[in-house]
Amino acid sequence: MQAKKRYLILFSAGVCLILLFYLQGPASRRTPNRGDDPHPHWPHFSDPLRAFIPWDQTETEDYNVRVSPRHKRDDNSGAYKCRMDSCFDFSLCGSNGFKVYVYPQQKGEKISESYRNILSSIESSRFYTSDPGQACLFVLNLDTLDRDQLSPQYVHNLKTKIQNLNLWNNGRNHLIFNLYSGTWPDYTEDLGFEIGQAMLAKASISTENFRPDFDISIPLFSKDHPRTGGDRGYLKYNTIPPFRKYVLVFKGKRYLTGIGSDTRNALHHVHNAEDVVLLTTCKHGKDWQKHKDARCDKDNAEYDRYDYKEMLHNSTFCLVPRGRRLGSFRFLEALQAACVPVMLSNGWELPFSEIIDWHTAAVIGDERLLLQIPSTVRSIHQDRILSLRQQTQFLWEAYFSSVEKIVLTTLEIIQDRVLQHNARSTLMWNRLPGGLFTLPQFSSYLGDFPFFYSVLGVKPQQKFTAVIHAVTPLVSQSQPIFKLLVAVAKSQYCAQIIVLWNCDKPLPAKHRWPATSVPVIVIEGESKVMSSRFLPYDNIRTDAVLSLDEDTVLSTTEVDFAFTVWQIFPERIVGYPARSHFWDSNKERWGYTSKWTNDYSMVLTGAAFYHRYYNYLYTQYLPGSLKSMVDQLSNCEDILMNFLVSAVTKMPPIKVTQKKQYKETMMGQTSRASRWADPDHFAQRQMCMNKFASWFGTMPLVHSQMRLDPVLFKDQVSILRKKYRDIERL
Amino acid sequence: MCMCRCSSVLFVSSAVGLALERLIMCASVKYGSRGPALIPRMKTKHRIYYITLFSVVLLGLIATGMFQFWPHSIESSAEWSLDRRSVHDAPLVRIPMSSPIPERGDLSCRMHTCFDVYRCGYNPKNKIKVFIYPLQRFVDEVGVPISSTGLSREYNDLLSAISDSDFYTDDVTRACLFIPSIDVLNQNSLRIRETAQALAMLPRWDKGMNHLLFNMLPGGPPDYNTALDVPRDRALLAGGGFSTWTYRQGYDVSIPVYSPLSAEVDLPERQPGPRRYFILSSQTAIHREYRVELERLKEENGEALLLLDKCSNLSQDLASVRKRCYKGQVYDYPQILQESSFCVVLRGARLGQATLSDVLQAGCVPVIMADSYILPFSEVLDWKRASVVIPEEKLPEMYTILKSIPHRQVEEMQRQARWFWEAYFSSMKAIGMTTLQIINDRIYPYAARTYEEWNNPSVVKWSSVNSPLFLPLIPPRSPGFTAVVLTYDRIESLFRVITEISKVPSLAKLLVVWNNQNKSPPEESLWPKVTVPLKVVRTKENKLSNRFFPFDEIETEAVLAIDDDIIMLTSDELQFGYEVWREFPDRLVGYPGRLHLWDHEMGKWKYESEWTNEVSMVLTGAAFYHKYFNYLYTYKMPGDIKNWVDAHMNCEDIAMNFLVANITGKAPIKVTPRKKFKCPECTAIDGLSLDQTHMVERSECINKFASVFGTMPLKVVEHRADPVLYKDDFPEKLKSFPNIGSL
Repeated sequence: MQAKKRYLILFSAGVCLILLFYLQGPASRRTPNRGDDPHPHWPHFSDPLRAFIPWDQTETEDYNVRVSPRHKRDDNSGAYKCRMDSCFDFSLCGSNGFKVYVYPQQKGEKISESYRNILSSIESSRFYTSDPGQACLFVLNLDTLDRDQLSPQYVHNLKTKIQNLNLWNNGRNHLIFNLYSGTWPDYTEDLGFEIGQAMLAKASISTENFRPDFDISIPLFSKDHPRTGGDRGYLKYNTIPPFRKYVLVFKGKRYLTGIGSDTRNALHHVHNAEDVVLLTTCKHGKDWQKHKDARCDKDNAEYDRYDYKEMLHNSTFCLVPRGRRLGSFRFLEALQAACVPVMLSNGWELPFSEIIDWHTAAVIGDERLLLQIPSTVRSIHQDRILSLRQQTQFLWEAYFSSVEKIVLTTLEIIQDRVLQHNARSTLMWNRLPGGLFTLPQFSSYLGDFPFFYSVLGVKPQQKFTAVIHAVTPLVSQSQPIFKLLVAVAKSQYCAQIIVLWNCDKPLPAKHRWPATSVPVIVIEGESKVMSSRFLPYDNIRTDAVLSLDEDTVLSTTEVDFAFTVWQIFPERIVGYPARSHFWDSNKERWGYTSKWTNDYSMVLTGAAFYHRYYNYLYTQYLPGSLKSMVDQLSNCEDILMNFLVSAVTKMPPIKVTQKKQYKETMMGQTSRASRWADPDHFAQRQMCMNKFASWFGTMPLVHSQMRLDPVLFKDQVSILRKKYRDIERL
Repeated sequence: MCMCRCSSVLFVSSAVGLALERLIMCASVKYGSRGPALIPRMKTKHRIYYITLFSVVLLGLIATGMFQFWPHSIESSAEWSLDRRSVHDAPLVRIPMSSPIPERGDLSCRMHTCFDVYRCGYNPKNKIKVFIYPLQRFVDEVGVPISSTGLSREYNDLLSAISDSDFYTDDVTRACLFIPSIDVLNQNSLRIRETAQALAMLPRWDKGMNHLLFNMLPGGPPDYNTALDVPRDRALLAGGGFSTWTYRQGYDVSIPVYSPLSAEVDLPERQPGPRRYFILSSQTAIHREYRVELERLKEENGEALLLLDKCSNLSQDLASVRKRCYKGQVYDYPQILQESSFCVVLRGARLGQATLSDVLQAGCVPVIMADSYILPFSEVLDWKRASVVIPEEKLPEMYTILKSIPHRQVEEMQRQARWFWEAYFSSMKAIGMTTLQIINDRIYPYAARTYEEWNNPSVVKWSSVNSPLFLPLIPPRSPGFTAVVLTYDRIESLFRVITEISKVPSLAKLLVVWNNQNKSPPEESLWPKVTVPLKVVRTKENKLSNRFFPFDEIETEAVLAIDDDIIMLTSDELQFGYEVWREFPDRLVGYPGRLHLWDHEMGKWKYESEWTNEVSMVLTGAAFYHKYFNYLYTYKMPGDIKNWVDAHMNCEDIAMNFLVANITGKAPIKVTPRKKFKCPECTAIDGLSLDQTHMVERSECINKFASVFGTMPLKVVEHRADPVLYKDDFPEKLKSFPNIGSL
């Protein structure tokens, strides 16, 4: 009986459930029907409707009677709010291009180290001019970085000092750098002086005060931030699955009252002490005990249990909540540590937001939805984590790792605005190798750069241009340059040969050059300096350049094979003789070696393929100081090129097989031999390396242990089967 | 009559059912909470209760059945009447004179200040819900409508597109975004004050919070403001013709001005390339100052420029909109746009111009000269790839600037322009969906569409490659690699392999995948003694794909897949393979290389294992690769390839080569010279490969995979990697990897 009852109850409960499902289901589906709208969808009206724009109004005629469009444009210039077209004088940039003038530093003027770094970054960049008459942009010699009145770095009387600048002109075409503004308790974004029509490059700027297309949001960086070079990102490998010990971490101050306190005070709701570790401390400032609340002691104890560095390196996501100001140091720290930043700072105009697509490297949260953050980050797919993490590293290294990069990015953004039609696309900024290495003045077509072939799904051109650097006069027909010309011209991939005549003797007559199937163009070098071999000559129309010394010995097969390899690695230098660098710990400097070693980091440009874009980059990107050093020494141009390409690609060059006699023959040659035999030559190259490394701020060269050979190279198979058989013959 | 009765019965029974149901609910909840121990104690007096309950349940069931059966006819009759609806049936709403007017739009509004994100909630689909107000006809106190057009065709199209989309909800309580049915597309047809009042009367207006207005023609003479003049509180504005002064970045959405010609004229897509004219100006209302400058340019550059104006000799009627003239010669508009490489889009009275849409449709590259104009959908579209923006001041330099653009870029922009039009400009539906998607992306930024999804036309999406391991990294040597040995029962050979591999300096761990379910692996004591951890994983089924499973035991990112019969590789060769992998962590780095060839006679792909000068695959019988590809192979292999391989017990290596080449766009790297992959006592890969039927099967695999991938992803290269000093005349003992290539 009891069992029966039990079944009855079960049965009735089941039936009830079914009933509930049937009755509630349709009921909820029909609710809106009972409201004032009986139509769940937008109705299909049967009557003819009028167009929103009458046919005779498509273009408004009365415009013609109005005032000049120029006046229309200038309408807004009086406002405090500025835009490029109203507050910036483009005419200053017209004739000389984009040049930046820094006011000379005055004696007795206190300048913080960070600001000094900013100024010297500008001064060593290619944008710098010491002539205010040529300048398009002006940068102050007065330290405006810290405008917090309570700060020891605060510069007083800035207002009058600025008004006294002779070129100030109400701030027109001026750029003002700022990291901190306002002070306790409200932290406004007021700088304490009239900025007029000057542009602001400011950290922690809010969307409200940000003048789009005029101001630039820069990241907050510490005073220890390196001037050049900078550390690479911490990501060494991509672990699979990409999850780390913690999901989300944060460790920082908690403000008990006042602006920006809400979010950090609420963090403990999300903290679970396992994989979501959000720690705050009340212990900061002089009188924290006075304001402390019930949670403080517990929080402080928890805070001390964890090591910040350890958390940073072992977490998938890092919370970046606003502090007193909108930006915080946590942002750059997380970025460098490949810990995907989770932004929790409503209204912060993210650093370089104009050009960086932050969705690809950060999770942008909403302070109002703090409690949803854990489930949000947990829902992010591992493929996306992998890509977010790599992007943090790319962005860190491209734009943030040094003061110089931050400053240059700022200047490049302004330059893009000035040369509007020649600006970088979002793709150029957000793809390797980044906007600082992708100069849009070279070409607006992405396929003209070596970096975007796979993105566009295209391939580099199938032809190359050989550039032979000639320094000795033509005397006999047995000179190596003739052999080289013939061998290179025979290559099926050769489009043309350019002979760069950098010899003091006058140009030889046309008939003295051997007859070849491809055109030979002789260009007389104007200044006959070393760097001219890397000039981006208009004659070079192919993607690939084969750079050659006049005494290089190469066979057609070797050229063909190297070119097929280059087509696979168009962003690298692909060539024959290789060199290596090492750290000489005794002398505390970089060493250069031409010995046969098991690895290499440079490929000599006396015989190497590279993309013609690197010619442009060499000429435009590198500072005059390095290029003139190369020209004076008539040496090291190949090292500099290797530095540049490796700095761009972060990859070693590629060495391909060469006939073994190469080295011996090369050393036996006249002109070259004299150069190589010179004991100074080697010492110079050593010195060059160290000079270059100090300009780059780091050692960009990377070692490789492999060489690429034809597939059947020296295999025990009939030589007739081999495509590149000449390479094996001596 | 019958229907009426039924429904009343239905109503009664369902009402009773509901009431009882609640009772039962309460009861069961009560008992439920106390647990089953209570049930036996029940008395017989409850029996009556149960009987009633049972009957009621039965009744309820019958009622439900009827309820389910009948309503269809009721609903369908309602729909039938729906089809004939007219805008004039919409309820009339009279606006009192004193009705409140919203405040003017607040320029400081941003999503985090003026948008109520709580209404959107957290949902797994990451999709916002949009509610559309039912149509009402607003009139003022004397009965004059607030708009001269009423509901326009375009706004109607827009609203029905939204209503048919996934965004739509008819449940006002679940909505995150509200769209009024008051048409404000064209400000000229509006009475500003009354429209504003009408907006404020909307039941959920609440200071305009989460309301979205669509406006394409803002402002009016003489000033032509760049944003809708109707006061609208905090409502979001999707506006055509914003300037940087009125656009609230990250809040408003800049939309195009829809061109009615889009629907009327069908311009077939033209192949990108040079056109008859270089620059074309087709606008009729160009300010005379600018027209003078354009004419000066025309004088300088002659035929390359074509300056059109409206036709003065034609009668002003509907047809004249589609004609343009130059010195008496008549051209068809917009067809003429297809004859030019660049088309000028100059500032008119308003910044936003319908011409832009026509120009894009024609695949002509727009030359936009309207200072401070916020380009349509600029939040997501990369206009630098589809247009040329020139400051108005530089109008005289236009020709020189455009001439400096490489022709390949012009073609690229022509293609991109047309794609923008197709995807985002071509219809009110496209415009509406794009706007909603942009707002959706702001609310769920972590699920936002990517730059590539927005900007790459499908051709490019198909051919472009975005490697998942894109960061140029040379991982440190120290973590080493994990060797994964797939084995079935060749224990002796397996032990030799293990002994050989264990000599490789960078080996971190050995993982033996034991694929034999009938036999247990040998006892621990019998295994060779190795210095690194050795782990045996037993599989549930004898499948080839087990070797590519992303085992948790693999803690390094480098994996060496090796067969249990590959005993001929020297320690130097393996270590060198690992070093090469470190330089190319996104590629397969392996020893025996293979090639695919196109067989012209048979018209299909062929597998080749002979001594060739080219390589497009490396066998995974001995290959290094990133653990990520294990994950890809197991979870992301396209089509039925994975099952197919398991069923055929072959070609898992070809499948892996296809997979890696497809996602990275890169060829594998063959390391070290060819050697005879034959061991004395076993049939190795090469031994098998020589077998004719095997070759045929492998060729079939290639053809099968190519058809699943829809393309041939394999890349052919002519190089292999050797140590720098390989075969060089140099003392062997000074070489890092002396023992290479010896058989």
